[in-house]
Amino acid sequence: MTKTVTDVICPFCGTLCDDLEVVVSDDGKELYEVYNACAIGAEKFLHSQAKDRITRPRMRQEDGSWKEISYDEAIEYTARMLTDAKKPLMYGWSSTNCEAQAVGSEIGEAVGAVMDNTATVCHGTSLIAVQDIGIPSCTLGEIKNRADRILFWGCNPAHAHPRHMSRYSIFPRGFFTGKGHTGRKVIVVDPRPTDTASLADIHLQVEQGRDYELLDALRVAFKGEKLPDVVAGIPKAKIYEAAETLKSGRFAIIFFGMGVTQSLGKNHNIDEAIAVTRDLNEYTKAAIMPMRGHYNVTGSGQVWGWLFGFPYAVDLSRGFARYNPGETTSNDLLRRDEVDAVFVLGSDPGAHFPFSSVKKIYNRPSVAIDPHETPTTEVCKVHVPVAFVGVEIGGCAYRMDNVPIETRKVVEPPEGMMTDEEFLKRVLGRVKEIQGV
Amino acid sequence: METVTLTIKNQPDLYLEADNITPDAFAGKKAEEIAGLHVYVGREQHRLGDFFEVSGNAGATPEETKIVVNGDLSRVKYIGMKMAGGEVVVNGNADMYVGAWMQGGKLTVNGNVDAFAGTGMKGGELVINGNAGNYLGAAYRGDWRGMQGGKIVVKGNAGSDLGTFMNGGEIVVGGDVDVHVATHAEGGKIVIKGNAKSRLGGQMVEGEIYVLGDIDVMMPGFAYREDVDIEMDGIKGRFALYEGDLGERHRKRKGQPIYAKLYQQIGA
Repeated sequence: MTKTVTDVICPFCGTLCDDLEVVVSDDGKELYEVYNACAIGAEKFLHSQAKDRITRPRMRQEDGSWKEISYDEAIEYTARMLTDAKKPLMYGWSSTNCEAQAVGSEIGEAVGAVMDNTATVCHGTSLIAVQDIGIPSCTLGEIKNRADRILFWGCNPAHAHPRHMSRYSIFPRGFFTGKGHTGRKVIVVDPRPTDTASLADIHLQVEQGRDYELLDALRVAFKGEKLPDVVAGIPKAKIYEAAETLKSGRFAIIFFGMGVTQSLGKNHNIDEAIAVTRDLNEYTKAAIMPMRGHYNVTGSGQVWGWLFGFPYAVDLSRGFARYNPGETTSNDLLRRDEVDAVFVLGSDPGAHFPFSSVKKIYNRPSVAIDPHETPTTEVCKVHVPVAFVGVEIGGCAYRMDNVPIETRKVVEPPEGMMTDEEFLKRVLGRVKEIQGV
Repeated sequence: METVTLTIKNQPDLYLEADNITPDAFAGKKAEEIAGLHVYVGREQHRLGDFFEVSGNAGATPEETKIVVNGDLSRVKYIGMKMAGGEVVVNGNADMYVGAWMQGGKLTVNGNVDAFAGTGMKGGELVINGNAGNYLGAAYRGDWRGMQGGKIVVKGNAGSDLGTFMNGGEIVVGGDVDVHVATHAEGGKIVIKGNAKSRLGGQMVEGEIYVLGDIDVMMPGFAYREDVDIEMDGIKGRFALYEGDLGERHRKRKGQPIYAKLYQQIGA
């Protein structure tokens, strides 16, 4: 017999859908079906059942092969690596719960690590802009119920956040948005004709790398000032039209993604987009929100925000928190040889970082904590498999709008498998023993 | 003026944080006391003398102290940080934060510097006879007060984010600059003798930018006003005057908004 678990939280993307239904065996040891999730989310649940899943830590041998080791040995290696290093990098943290992030932060403080999360190659630039000029934001619920002008800038939720448009932004019928998508105007700014752009009322096909200029042009247009004939490859008439569309709404929301945060100008693009939002509030209600990727990258920013005062790239090496993206960010540290050991948990820099950085990880003592085999585990010296957070263990995660949601355990992890939090607590204990505190 | 000479003898295996290399920290100290000042490599604290040969004693005050630093300093951060007086001469390339939060005195680098030189500078003179990295004379992260006073002169090129949040002082770049110049600036003056790429004066409130070479892309928020003749500090010629950033907030004088000014040379 089977049982169905309802209201399950999806631990894949920052949308944190909370309406999944999962069919599991009566003893809770096997997971059979996932309903309501998108293809990516469903796959995450189903992958926990993979027959070839790695269930014990392993250490890389001289000849490049893996040797199975015990969790105790993995804990010893990790604790020694972190205490031997002068400046270890502890990276990742975005695909785990806040409880594990908090324990990891305690380790980072004890060993004087640089703590960095996936925002470093994602929305970190947004966080810089927020620190520079603030952010008028809101929750996804407000957007569903109120927003009638939806602007997607440099993001493609049709593929990256598949249920975002149906749950929150374009299609849902909310309290003041009873007509669903027919009552909303959608603007997409993207150099490519994406699937999201195909749903737009206005698609501004911006010239690549000219987002900052286009955002500035919108601000000029709001004020009724004169524009050059063409800005960023877009005729001024179309810019004035987009500005008028935004101003005429009752509630405008700007969603933005990697297309602006990691293209030329980075934080300045977001800085200007926030300024656009601020200006719009002169005419109507407007808010702006980053399309966060990993399901709990927002949470790691929250945890470090309350522990250290900074949301990513926190350098604890001198015993106090320093933060300066460009210096204390993972790729700069790796590229410049500023760190001498690498610890990765809940992320895959092997797949996301430039090859030059990945080579540096390969050349250093390194540990990867990850339920999966990934490009990162391939370059690390020790791989510690753990239970899937949000599938085999619960815990707190923050949605892209900074709403904390408690994820749920739906199935048992394989026999004898540790969770992120258990592993980190053991490492912290061992670090304290080694340091004699 | 007394001179202290530091010559690097051991390169750090990571990077050296040497925020004590300032006339202010050296003043009143003998060579052996200076060698005992702390530096950091990662979380480990070391002595300055572990990495540098120190010769000569410092003057009684920062103003009477000159520091000469020799060798490859491309792994040494924070040289001249927060210095308020005296003189520092760096003979070689230096890493990040050279002259950051500098308040007075003179700092000369006979080489290149990495990013964040002159961050949040308040006074004094910073001369870089090579190239400068990104964020020259910019604000520290999250600070709305960038460079507030003093002068930075770069013989070569400068990177991106030059003079972010600048609200006073002067930066002169002999060569070319990368994107984002004087973003969010509310004052100060930037002279670029070479070429600029794009995003000059984005979100700029007040202040002046002079460009003697080309500009790849002009901000849409800058509007052409008129041609003017300019003669100042060795710059002479006919310039096109643009005002902006029209999208940004501006204070008013006698009912008229005061814009930031961008001058681009169009003739001799």
